[in-house]
Amino acid sequence: MTQTYIARSARIAARQLGDEMMIMSAVDSKFFTLNPVAVTVWLAADGKTPLHEIVTGRVCQEFEVSPEEALRDAEAFVSDLSEHGILLVSDQPIATNAAGYVE
Amino acid sequence: MNSTMAAEVVVEIGGIAVLLRSEDARLIPLLESRFGTFAGSGREPGYEFEITVIDGAALADPDADVSVTAEGSLWRMERGDFRAEWDSRTRQGRITQTLTPYAIDSVLRIVHSLALAQEGGFLLHAASVVRNGKAFLFSGVSTAGKTTISRLAPPDASVLTDEASYIRRMGDGNGYVAYGTPFAGEMGTPGVNTSGPIEALYFLGKGDSNHFEEIPRAEALRMLMRNILFFARDEELVNRVFAGACAFLERVPVRRLNFYPDERVWDLIG
Repeated sequence: MTQTYIARSARIAARQLGDEMMIMSAVDSKFFTLNPVAVTVWLAADGKTPLHEIVTGRVCQEFEVSPEEALRDAEAFVSDLSEHGILLVSDQPIATNAAGYVE
Repeated sequence: MNSTMAAEVVVEIGGIAVLLRSEDARLIPLLESRFGTFAGSGREPGYEFEITVIDGAALADPDADVSVTAEGSLWRMERGDFRAEWDSRTRQGRITQTLTPYAIDSVLRIVHSLALAQEGGFLLHAASVVRNGKAFLFSGVSTAGKTTISRLAPPDASVLTDEASYIRRMGDGNGYVAYGTPFAGEMGTPGVNTSGPIEALYFLGKGDSNHFEEIPRAEALRMLMRNILFFARDEELVNRVFAGACAFLERVPVRRLNFYPDERVWDLIG
C-alpha cells in the first residue's frame, strides 16, 4: 500500500487564534483558515508520519469521526493546500528543518 | 523652457520624511501644492528620490496598471505615468515620470508600506478620524461607507484620510497611532496632518440603525489582511505584514459597525 507523507512549507506565515489556524502563503499572499480538524492534521504534518496514521492516531482520537470519513476529509484538505504549495505531499518521507518545515 | 537648477521638497507622512528632487523646476511647486501641509518638512529625510520629468509620449503605455517587482533590495515600480527604481538598503531611488503631481503617490505608498512593515505598521484601506484625542478607523469594501462616515464626522473631528490609513506602532509597543495622509478617496482632499492613538477599528456595513459588535479574532485577522495595502509578493514582506496584523489585533479592538448614514452614528463611536 502506498503511503502519503505530508510536510508544511516554510514559505508561509501562520498563527493559531483560538481553535482556528490562519495561514498566509508568502508566495501568492492567499489566505487560509483551518478548522480544528485541519489544524490537527497541519500540526502533525512532520514529513515522517503517514497521513493515515495522522488520521487514525490523532484526528479520530480527538474528534468523533469515523476513520473513513476523516481520511476522506483529510485527503481533500491536503490536496487543496498542496495545490497552493502550503503542504508538500510525497509517497516517501519528507526531510524538514529543525522547526518541522520544508525550506 | 525648463530650468536646469535642481529644486527639492521634503514630504513627511507619519513622521517619515522623503526628499524629492528634480532638475525640472516646474515639478516641485506642483508637488508642494499637491501635498499641502505634508510638504516642506524640516525633518531629516530618511529616503531620497531624484525625479526626471519626461514627455508623456515617451512612456510605453500611459494607461498601464501599476506593477511592482523586487530583486534583493532593489524595487522596481512602473505604471503608465511613471517608472521608478528604489534601493531599500540605500534608501535612494530614481523616478521617471510625466509632469503630474500624482505619479509620485504610488511610489510614496509603496515606500511607506515597506518602511512601515519593517516596524510592525501598515497602510490600511480605511478611513481614519481623530476625535477627542482618539483615532477611529473605518474599513470595508469600496461601497461600505468610508467616505460617508468621514463626511458625517462632527466639526470637532479631524479626518486623517478617507482612503488609506497610516498605522504605526507606538514606541513603547503598547498601542498604535494613526497619522493623517495626503492619500484621498472620494472626498478628493488630503487628510489633516495630525495623529492620534487608535481606539478601535470598525468594519463598516450600512443598516437601518446604528450598532456594533466585536469581531472574533480569527475573522478580524482575515478581514484585516484583506485590507492591508502591500504591493509585492515578497516572502519576507508577507511574513512581516502578517506578524504586524496579528500584533495589532492583540492591542486594538475590531468591531463590525452597521450604521444608518446620518450624524447620530458618531454618538455611538465617541
